[in-house]
Amino acid sequence: MTRTAPSPKLFMIAAAALLIAACESDSGDSDLYQSEAPSTTQDTSNQQNVGAGTRNNNVRELPYEPGSGEELEAVAGSRVYFGFDRYDLTARAQQTLRDQAAFMRKYPRVSVLVEGHADERGTREYNLALGARRANAAKRFLVSLGIDPNRIRTISYGKERPEAIGSNERSWAQNRRGVTVVQ
Amino acid sequence: MIIGKNMTGRGLLGMVCAVLMAVAWLVVTPSASAQLRVDVTEANVEPLPIALPAFEGKSQISDRQQDMAVIGQDIAGVIAANLERSGLFRSLPSNAFIERDPSPDRRPRFADWRPINAQGLVVGGVEFMTDGRIDVVFRLWDVFAQQQMIGVRYQTTPDNWRQIAHRISDAIYERLTGESGYFDTRIVYVAETGPQTDRTKRLAIMDQDGANHQYLTRGDFLALTPRFSPTAQEITYMSFFNDTPRVYIYNLDSGKQELLGDFDGMTFAPRFSPDGNKVVMSLERNGNSDIFIMDLRTRDIRQLTDHPDIDTAPSFSPEGDRIVFESDRGGSQQIYVMNQDGSGVKRISFGKGRYKTPVWSPRGDLIAFTHSSGGRYSIGVMRPDGSRERFLTESFLDEGPTWSPNGRVLMFFRQRPFDDRGEGGSYSVWSIDLTGRNERRIPTPGDASDPAWSPLIR
Repeated sequence: MTRTAPSPKLFMIAAAALLIAACESDSGDSDLYQSEAPSTTQDTSNQQNVGAGTRNNNVRELPYEPGSGEELEAVAGSRVYFGFDRYDLTARAQQTLRDQAAFMRKYPRVSVLVEGHADERGTREYNLALGARRANAAKRFLVSLGIDPNRIRTISYGKERPEAIGSNERSWAQNRRGVTVVQ
Repeated sequence: MIIGKNMTGRGLLGMVCAVLMAVAWLVVTPSASAQLRVDVTEANVEPLPIALPAFEGKSQISDRQQDMAVIGQDIAGVIAANLERSGLFRSLPSNAFIERDPSPDRRPRFADWRPINAQGLVVGGVEFMTDGRIDVVFRLWDVFAQQQMIGVRYQTTPDNWRQIAHRISDAIYERLTGESGYFDTRIVYVAETGPQTDRTKRLAIMDQDGANHQYLTRGDFLALTPRFSPTAQEITYMSFFNDTPRVYIYNLDSGKQELLGDFDGMTFAPRFSPDGNKVVMSLERNGNSDIFIMDLRTRDIRQLTDHPDIDTAPSFSPEGDRIVFESDRGGSQQIYVMNQDGSGVKRISFGKGRYKTPVWSPRGDLIAFTHSSGGRYSIGVMRPDGSRERFLTESFLDEGPTWSPNGRVLMFFRQRPFDDRGEGGSYSVWSIDLTGRNERRIPTPGDASDPAWSPLIR
């Protein structure tokens, strides 16, 4: 090891790791959305013993680029879900959006696209309008948390891009969603 | 208004009249003096038996005789299929015919057609001419009155024989019903392929009977809700071109497309005005959808509704003076009518459930709509004041009615549900007449949705 000080990049990764730890510990219903996020972070902290006089190697390297969609998925979750014909944000959706806002504050140059989706019940044109409402409800909440509205674009897909296929309540619930996509 | 209310207010007769209104059924007149006639106010369930022998094939050039015999058979087949699909006619099987090889140049032997109970008889011929075109002639006979009801001659290129068959179908339908026909028309719709999660949706166009099918867009972007202009030369629709959902106009002659105004928000749900000079549509801004109208010549856009709830699916009355649309301003989707300048908004649907996608009949007498209640969907009609509501279909999901140009038949699309493994679902286009009895699937090469019926061009 020739470097005498950790690189700024390493700091950033460490900070991200700390933030993840913070998010996971202080949000009461984190398990609700954590299950939707793939657990792809590699924890290397326990792989070797740290002896006296050596560098503290308690670092985990995250398998995604800083500020990427993968990171958003990991630290916040990209999806919020809505009730039938509803566009109000549930407590769980608000928490996801708070985490998304924290991510956007951390990466001020990141812009996002918020997609609004509807389930297959309901007519095509109304569902386009409903998807727009949902995307916009998420955007408004992010803006209320201090995010610049110019960093958030919205699009409605109505019922055109379902994620779960099946004419049943479980699939419909999965498809009534807002999806935040890092641009 | 619900039907039950009609029943108590007007008695059974009024209810029956309400149900029987509108669709043409053939009533055969018993006396020889009165001609074969359809009474549009009767809902007789018995279709009229009609005989359509193959058109006689002739050629002024010796080697085209056989071609003309084939075209003559095909023309009769297309006419028979059209008339049968209307639900008003029953085409008699040709193996029952007694008079063989009837010719439009001779009077039929009526004594041969009466025993098989042919009440209408269509005898035609197709002749290849020295200039390379074909000459098509037909006569419609009232068998029992022994009178010709109509006779017409057409000349066209041989490859255009199908259109002639549709025009003859229209002429027969018009002569017997007193209504304008709808067979020489086209359907634009959305052809669907690929996985549901990443569906490819292309504009496609075909004749009303499914023939002459062709794709208009390549499928790189989602294409939704196409609708014809009054000249049938243009289609307004919504495209996700460059992931920006906007309303476009597609010109069928040139194949060129034109963006209809670039606004900050999504534009959707477009329809032409009856004069073709304007497009009414929804524009979404900051999540809220209102109805706007654009003048296609000046490009001026005017806002017609200004409401914090969803206003969409606008459709003009045939006179152009009013617009019907849907809004959830009352708590759920319901149908409203307003003047073309946005004034005088009035709710007209008050039944149980949700009312959506209203479309004004080209006759002006009815508004067709999509209805949902208790997880079931229907296509229905009501009068423009909201009275005499009737449901014509029912399924897991029926959506998006479009009127035949004579206002007697509706097309819509139907989704069959997906099972828990995500299989078994489908999308297809259907037609239903105003009796609600004659429901038929429209043939398409694959899954199909968002049909729109062209006007009748003469």
